[in-house]
Amino acid sequence: MTISPSLDERFRAAAAAADLLDVAFDVFDDTPIGPLLVGVTDRGVCRISFDADPEHHLEVLARQFGPRVLRSSKPVERVHRELDEYFAGKRQHFDVATDTRFLPEYNRVVLEKLARVEYGTTTTYGTLAAQTGNPRAARAVGTVMHRNPIPIILPCHRVIGASGSLTGYAGGLDLKERLLRLEGAIL
Amino acid sequence: MIPPFETFYEAHRDEVFRFLGRRLGRERAEDAFQETFLRALRAYPRLDHGDHLRAWVFTIAGRIVIDEARRTKPQGELPELAVEDGLPAFEDLAPLTDELPPKERAAVVLRYGYDLTYDEIGAALGSTEQAARQAASAGVRRLRKEQE
Repeated sequence: MTISPSLDERFRAAAAAADLLDVAFDVFDDTPIGPLLVGVTDRGVCRISFDADPEHHLEVLARQFGPRVLRSSKPVERVHRELDEYFAGKRQHFDVATDTRFLPEYNRVVLEKLARVEYGTTTTYGTLAAQTGNPRAARAVGTVMHRNPIPIILPCHRVIGASGSLTGYAGGLDLKERLLRLEGAIL
Repeated sequence: MIPPFETFYEAHRDEVFRFLGRRLGRERAEDAFQETFLRALRAYPRLDHGDHLRAWVFTIAGRIVIDEARRTKPQGELPELAVEDGLPAFEDLAPLTDELPPKERAAVVLRYGYDLTYDEIGAALGSTEQAARQAASAGVRRLRKEQE
């Protein structure tokens, strides 16, 4: 005898409703760019990953935010909706908050600048580096982008090389190009 | 290191539900199931380590079964269910077993506090019926010795 899916869902919803979770996550299987894993805390979105296998994330999330990590669809509904709208070209700004509290100070500062790079535009690693006080730190900025825990919402796809080359992306260069095309940043 | 709750929940949800189903019937087991894991979730951050999680969650489930049995008992009639059966209630038994090694303690409490079968205790402790029987009787022997 195994538990029914409805009982399972009921518990997961009750756990979230009772505010007992450190991180609620879900996998969105239906996005046009393939499955996405999304995690939220009571402060906002804390994780988006193109690697949607929860096994690869549970331990890390538990270590960072606390052991009560549970799949629960309700808390991530709003992120789901905003991402859907974004992929449909109907949303240029995300309204959901982000939770970057456990990132190193430098990463947070760079990601704050990144968050201001507008939809449909691009910037360079060097420009972001200059905005955060050290024009020569382009490589460090690249590392911060590479470790961005909340891609798409924190738009590291809008950061490209000074020569105009796309350089790199956690979801692959094809995806970076696709997102920039969706936003009309490239033709 | 405590495993992520998702891992713990997935590992034990079916066997906990089976246990509750046997004790309470399928319908009441559903509410008891949710209550068991909500209580586990509340207590989870306070755990020091991830050992004996299975016995731990069965202990919570067992306590809920007893609460449920008390709750559904007609008023005024034998409120102390466990005493009625000649078995000490968990509250009475637990402090006595503080000094026992964890496995013996779990076996004694689950057997005499919650009236689980040795088969169920073996499952809860991740061992066999035989081992559960031995742990419980070793625990009782130790308790007797301490009482003397």
